[in-house]
Amino acid sequence: MQAFTPVSAFFGGVMIGLSAVGLMFLNGRIAGISGIVGAVPAAGAADAGWRLAFIAGLIAGPFVLLAIQGALPPVVVDVPMPAVVAGGLLVGFGTRLGSGCTSGHGVCGLARLSPRSIVATAVFTGTAMATVALVRHGLGS
Amino acid sequence: MKRILAALVCGLLFGIGLSLAQMINPQKVLNFLDLAAAWSGGWDPSLAFVLAGAIVTTAAGYRLAFRRKRPLLAESFSLPTGRRIDARLIVGATVFGAGWGLVGFCPGPALAALGPGWPPAAVFVLAMLAGMAVFRLLFERRRPLGPPRIAAGHRSPPIGLTGSHRP
Repeated sequence: MQAFTPVSAFFGGVMIGLSAVGLMFLNGRIAGISGIVGAVPAAGAADAGWRLAFIAGLIAGPFVLLAIQGALPPVVVDVPMPAVVAGGLLVGFGTRLGSGCTSGHGVCGLARLSPRSIVATAVFTGTAMATVALVRHGLGS
Repeated sequence: MKRILAALVCGLLFGIGLSLAQMINPQKVLNFLDLAAAWSGGWDPSLAFVLAGAIVTTAAGYRLAFRRKRPLLAESFSLPTGRRIDARLIVGATVFGAGWGLVGFCPGPALAALGPGWPPAAVFVLAMLAGMAVFRLLFERRRPLGPPRIAAGHRSPPIGLTGSHRP
């Protein structure tokens, strides 16, 4: 039986939403992580600054929570290393080809009711569920 | 400078939210994606609550933000203009979904997990950056990085001599 944590999940989601609203209200940008990261190499100096700052904040965020509440959730990567590498390659390539990930399409795009984002979110969530079914339970078992 | 500071604060909020929601733990994400567990009683729908909280907040906040003509610190809102649901979108989302289901990390949580999930999260992030670089090589050739290439036929010194300052 897995722990179901609806309250912390919902309020964590609200904070993610506030981040997305803040980035749009202040900088006029979509808070899509794959886009923010993926466009860094092609960005000019002025454009790269805010992207790197957002990424720095994203990485530092958990440490702020650790300082506030004294503990962090575990990070359990229960997958063999070659699969971790393969997964990273697929996620990096796929999010750029599909112009977005869980945050850009799944949060910002769905909030704007973008048809492209609705389709993308359905496709990547469905594919991810199918992949988990295959890996965890095998074909037909 | 203000824009950089604003992005830093928004990034912090994003990272804190992901950690509070435990989405930096790929095991918890996989337990949501594992629909078969709904029948055996171990399914964890938390991720749906994260998305719900985030989407409702963003939808409401965007409405307020778009009442303004322009963002507070920039000239204009940068919104995606593409409308076509093409093969690129579908194939890209499929490839991303396969990787997400394989490990349980998507880009945001993987970056936020760099500290608490070191070292496997770092391996994932490096591979993810490599995957993005492959995309750039294949699909963004029209915008080469760095200084423009020297056109063919241009008389330039042999490669071995450029940059050598020895007399």
